[in-house]
Amino acid sequence: MLLQQLVNGLTLGAVYTLIALSFSLVMGILGVLNLAIAELFMLGGYFGFAAILAKLPLPVALLAGMAGAALVAAVIERVGYQPLRNAPVVTPMLSTLGFSIILQNVATNVWGSDPLQLPDELLAARFTLGPVSASAMQLTVIGATVILVALLAFIVQRTSMGRALRAVAENRDVARLLGVSAGPLTLLAFMLSGALAGAAGVLIGLHYAAITPYIGVEIGLKAIAVMVVGGTKRIWGALIAGPIIGLAEVMTTAYGGSQIRDFVVYGLMIMILLLRPQGLLGDRHTEQGPRV
Amino acid sequence: MMSTYYAGLLADVGILLLGALSVYIILATGQLSLGNAGFMGIGAYLTSYLTVTKELPLTVALVIAAAASGAVGVMVGFPALRLKGIYLAMATLGFGEMVRSFFLNFDLMGGAGGFRGMHHVSLGYIWTWAAAISLSVAVLEHSQIWLELRAVRDDETAAALAGLDTTTIKVGSFGFAAAVAAIAGGLFAHHHVYIEPGNFGFERSIDFVLAVILGGSTIGAGALVGSLLLVMLPEYLRFLAEWRFTVFGALLIAMLLVRRQGILDRSLFSVSRLGRSA
Repeated sequence: MLLQQLVNGLTLGAVYTLIALSFSLVMGILGVLNLAIAELFMLGGYFGFAAILAKLPLPVALLAGMAGAALVAAVIERVGYQPLRNAPVVTPMLSTLGFSIILQNVATNVWGSDPLQLPDELLAARFTLGPVSASAMQLTVIGATVILVALLAFIVQRTSMGRALRAVAENRDVARLLGVSAGPLTLLAFMLSGALAGAAGVLIGLHYAAITPYIGVEIGLKAIAVMVVGGTKRIWGALIAGPIIGLAEVMTTAYGGSQIRDFVVYGLMIMILLLRPQGLLGDRHTEQGPRV
Repeated sequence: MMSTYYAGLLADVGILLLGALSVYIILATGQLSLGNAGFMGIGAYLTSYLTVTKELPLTVALVIAAAASGAVGVMVGFPALRLKGIYLAMATLGFGEMVRSFFLNFDLMGGAGGFRGMHHVSLGYIWTWAAAISLSVAVLEHSQIWLELRAVRDDETAAALAGLDTTTIKVGSFGFAAAVAAIAGGLFAHHHVYIEPGNFGFERSIDFVLAVILGGSTIGAGALVGSLLLVMLPEYLRFLAEWRFTVFGALLIAMLLVRRQGILDRSLFSVSRLGRSA
């Protein structure tokens, strides 16, 4: 029973990790809360579903979700963020909110407000190891997350693009003085972030075997909590915080009633903000971000 | 005579205006709150409890709820001193979600099923409150206290060095804003005569912020313009049927791009004043 909950919690945690990484790529580098990420996640799920229903293999569906969400993220960056980059942070945040209103409305009109279901034959396979039973889909979700995080780690740590991203995150002004051009870089950050959110959308669709246009808001808000718990400046904090929140949520649902889980998750986030604003993995350097 | 349709919309404008003013007061000190729907929820539930279960008159219940929510606002304001900018915004977001989650579990008042039994209030009553609060914010804007609020917003360190009590200013603005949001909640409950925790979630909080920023965050009247716009615009777009929120979202982005300072700002008023004196 406990082990079973661990597997469920880790699956949910994997999805949270991906969305939290998506938030923190934009937040850590630009100091902007991109509220449309919640809907990019939902959109990615629908693109993935469309690919699966068209009998395409799973990896292709995952790529379709990522590419679609990344393209929309690029539009958001060019139209909604770039012209407002010098405004107080609340202004670009609200323009991304405008995009999330549009995306949710479009998804509702195109795919309907009823949940879209995956065909049963995809979900039947289960692996049993002693007392623990994991569905093939759960293993797919965790496996895909590990691969995507490794890929992101490679991009951020080993490529010159990644070095430039980290330089801007560390100190925007100094990075620009040293010749890092911020324009293409913010586009890249938005697109990477969009791709991660899209992937998470495909994966949560596989996990729940269903998707609705309203899935983004609830999970998106919780991913903000995951990002905060992990530390907004340290991208890798999400790797620890995702599973922690996922497990905390599944455990409170299993042993304390499903209703108190949000209370626990957001309480944890506020505690971290107050006691350790740099997050679990952050260093002592507490830069408090730009003004509102 | 006004149709019930327009009366309902205007009631929504009045309630949204109060919520927007609660964000405006906190924003005046340079702090962004994404959790004011939490205070609104506290006000809505407490007022409804007092009028339905304790059978108190609505005005008395609203005053009690405002005082209680104001006290919660002060309690939230103290830890909030440790945080700035987007981090404070995220913490208040967490607070709002915690309040929503609390009422979801609060079975004494219906939990997820919601709470009913309130008496409907008139449009005039809602706008009496909206006007009274707007007036007190306008008075506040012309007082010494407002200068101190803005000093904290412009440079907190300098304000503290100049001898201002920045703690009282920031915590006090949270308390006042929480009281105003609670009144919005009490009026909401007695206008819709049914409340559920989902009424007071993140989307409501962000509506308040949106009204302030669209209308103009440097002047109190901006909250009124923003509230009118947010309630009326989707109504005028009804001819677009199921696509109206797509157009609404696009218009919202366009407005932010064209006038990032909001529809009203201080320079608009100082120019007209100069024009008159010349």
